[in-house]
Amino acid sequence: MNLLGKLDWDAVPLHEPIVMGAVGFMVLIVVAVLAFVTAKGLWKYLWQEWLTSVDHKRIGVMYIVLALLMLLRGFSDAIMMRSQQALAAAGSQGYLPPGHFDQVFSAHGTIMIFFMAMPFVIGMMNIVVPLQLGQRDMAFPTLNSVGLWLTASAIALVNVSLAVGEFARTGWVAYPPLSELQFSPGVGVDYYLWSLQISGVGTLLTGINFVTTILKMRAPGMSLMKMPVFCWTALASNLLIVAAFPVLTATFAMLLLDRYLGFHFFTTDAGGNPMMYVNLFWVWGHPEVYILILPAFGIFSEIAATFSGKPLFGYRSMVGATMVICVLSLLVWLHHFFTMGASANVNGFFGVMTMIIAVPTGVKIYNWLFTMYGGRVRFTTPVLWMLGFMVTFVIGGMTGVLTAVPPADFQLHNSTFLVAHFHNVIIGGVVFGLMAGYNYWFPKVFGFKLDERWGKASFWCWFVGFYVAFVPMYVLGLMGMTRRLQHYDNPAWQPWLIVAAIGAFIIALGIACTLVQLVVSILNRERNRDLTGDPWNGRTLEWSTSSPPPAWNFAVTPRVTEKDAFWVAKQHALANGAEPQPARRYEAIEMPTRSGVGFVTAFFAVVTGFALIWHIWWLTLVGLAGAFLATLAFAFREHEEVEVPAERLAAFDRAHPVGVTV
Amino acid sequence: MKKLLPLIAAVALAGCNEGVLDPKGPIAAAEHQILFNALGIMLAIVIPTILGTLAVAAWFRASNVRARYLPDFEHSGRLELLVWAIPLMTVILVGGVAWVGSHDLDPRKPIASDLKPVEVQVVSLDWKWLFIYPEQGVASVNELTVPVGRPVHFDLTSSGVMNSFFVPQLGSQIYTMAGMVTQLDLQADHSGTYRGVAANFSGDGFSDMHFDVHAVSPGDFEQWTNRTRGEGPALDAGAYAQLVKPSAAVTPFTYGSVSPDLFNTIAKAAP
Repeated sequence: MNLLGKLDWDAVPLHEPIVMGAVGFMVLIVVAVLAFVTAKGLWKYLWQEWLTSVDHKRIGVMYIVLALLMLLRGFSDAIMMRSQQALAAAGSQGYLPPGHFDQVFSAHGTIMIFFMAMPFVIGMMNIVVPLQLGQRDMAFPTLNSVGLWLTASAIALVNVSLAVGEFARTGWVAYPPLSELQFSPGVGVDYYLWSLQISGVGTLLTGINFVTTILKMRAPGMSLMKMPVFCWTALASNLLIVAAFPVLTATFAMLLLDRYLGFHFFTTDAGGNPMMYVNLFWVWGHPEVYILILPAFGIFSEIAATFSGKPLFGYRSMVGATMVICVLSLLVWLHHFFTMGASANVNGFFGVMTMIIAVPTGVKIYNWLFTMYGGRVRFTTPVLWMLGFMVTFVIGGMTGVLTAVPPADFQLHNSTFLVAHFHNVIIGGVVFGLMAGYNYWFPKVFGFKLDERWGKASFWCWFVGFYVAFVPMYVLGLMGMTRRLQHYDNPAWQPWLIVAAIGAFIIALGIACTLVQLVVSILNRERNRDLTGDPWNGRTLEWSTSSPPPAWNFAVTPRVTEKDAFWVAKQHALANGAEPQPARRYEAIEMPTRSGVGFVTAFFAVVTGFALIWHIWWLTLVGLAGAFLATLAFAFREHEEVEVPAERLAAFDRAHPVGVTV
Repeated sequence: MKKLLPLIAAVALAGCNEGVLDPKGPIAAAEHQILFNALGIMLAIVIPTILGTLAVAAWFRASNVRARYLPDFEHSGRLELLVWAIPLMTVILVGGVAWVGSHDLDPRKPIASDLKPVEVQVVSLDWKWLFIYPEQGVASVNELTVPVGRPVHFDLTSSGVMNSFFVPQLGSQIYTMAGMVTQLDLQADHSGTYRGVAANFSGDGFSDMHFDVHAVSPGDFEQWTNRTRGEGPALDAGAYAQLVKPSAAVTPFTYGSVSPDLFNTIAKAAP
């Protein structure tokens, strides 16, 4: 028996200069970071304040750092695809051979959905939800940390696949039979499956945590119908996580049983049925789209209200629309495969259901419009993202309804029109929303505003770049171009693909502007300090505490009587003039202690995943035992909370006064 | 920009003579119609919405002193009714198009015609297409010949991985799956050569897995089948076993005879 399973030196693609270049670059960055941390003696700080932190704000920041790093990785894949297709026309093979190109588009999809969009959304919810609810932390702070680090483990595994072995060549959906052992004997699909299994568990734990937090832990007086809309969208999104992610985990478990133990769930022989995988995948996959977009809708709702200086128009409608979308999103999955030969009734039903989702979505667009109506709209960076979103998303929604018409989909399915459609809603909706939220809540988290000029430059590059990149894709789809082509022989497509590649480079400029914005803002932080805790004249509770908030968020739990509680308190204070605020009564509070269990468990999850991928069975046992023992040690912990004395709370508030308390 | 516009327009027009935008048969024409009907219905709402959004944002900018500030305007029953009604009406219209369309254009629905459809059996292989003409007793690889003006009924399956059979200018695509048979009805109304593609990613040789569809006059079709019959190798179990081995960018060729029932054996067999 080989102690290293299937692993040997052939697994390292030394003969592929592009891959080795990327690996070298990544290793260089990791080494540089480690050297920096060591040289500055930051290990202790890093371990105590970040890696073992159970503070929801820090966990949120770490999620977003991961997401931004993966945005860079996923975007390099995008640039490679666009440049390959711009070159590989009429006899040319471009610079990426099929085996590599196939990995690139599979990795692009997997990384962008699971490791860019998801961590970004979850990070945003982590930072904002407890603050908006007037809470000190999540319901299960340590579980929160476990979820983060499991996501990080999955990210580690996916990136290891670049250097050791290969990634899936099946597309990000990994449909069997192509993803079965017979047609994909390599480790690529195993990297895909195990990393998504690990991150899937992390996401499910996070979903449970948020649902519990939102339903059970709100400031006194904050009934559900007084909750900020972002919390509503977070609730809907996490209900969908809890409903949908177990389906994905079960589906992948079945595919893994096929691949590892010779089962026949999705094989073409011995009673297996690949159509079942396709159904199950999209039973998760369609809700997933709404898991991502609903929080983005929430972000835009907050931004529309804040920067218009008005309450959100039609709050009840918004809440209703959100929950209608939440339920309906579970009933539309079949529109991903109208072309699989279902009957006209089935196709017609799912087509109409899909369109019905456009109704509450349309309602939201109009409600944001009426929120601005009669307002004093301040054109800050978040507002630009919002307007860009409203214009772009309406177009993306329209092409979505178009592809939901089954006979139209018979023509558009798997074409670049479809690719353009989902990028239209994911970039124009999710990414624009996350960028808006990033600019909006950054001063809350770090205590200083982001640079507006670079922020706006970033917006314009993304906005223009998006259209330059994806309008050609729409056209190409109508011209009959299929997705995932490594080369093509139709010269009429090439000009469009060159334009699309230029668009991708404009978006790259947008990403660069975001990075520059961050650096410039850090350098100028003293000038852009937010000393009031309320830089935008906000409406919800997160703006009622200092920026950055203390570990405990609120020294005294806010009491809520109406929605937009902070705005109401500010109006009240204005009306009553200089009436002195009653002295606050501080009481000692208990905060959860930091814990390494998330980090350690995740470390063993990487070991387990790697061992399973390479069939190193003894190491699998080591990994599982390590993770189990770490959890066991956590279960037997002696101290789970530390007390923060009243004097310390009072001292902090004296040092960081805010204008109005709730 | 002024120089660029005519260039873009020229390229755009060049793009119109292929793909979905240039239908060559009744199915593709109907789908083209549905696509643009649905698009038209939605643009009637989408364009005013986009313009309205930009206009409202611009007018109510903070620096505009002439704009009224209504800090408490957060609810209006009438407007709420309107905002639910507009998308609802649109969706009722487009939903009707979808429901009727998916019945009218069900891939399995025979095309109304006085002529008996041509039967073609399609097998997607790694990475080429096999077309069997059971009535004519011939077969071809990576090349499909059909008579103009006569419906073609396809039975489709796959030798292994999933794929999708698609001739954009003739209309609907449909998946090919091992162990299963899907059905499709298409018709070409104009003679010519159209691109056929594999529309579902199937592995390394996927990009070369396209084929030409020759739509020819009924007489020419007759001639083609007669010429092909008896020419070239026979497609039997042994020849199929050779053909099924993965290969990419295969030059089109034909089989002069086909063992009967081969397609059913392929469709039932485990790969």
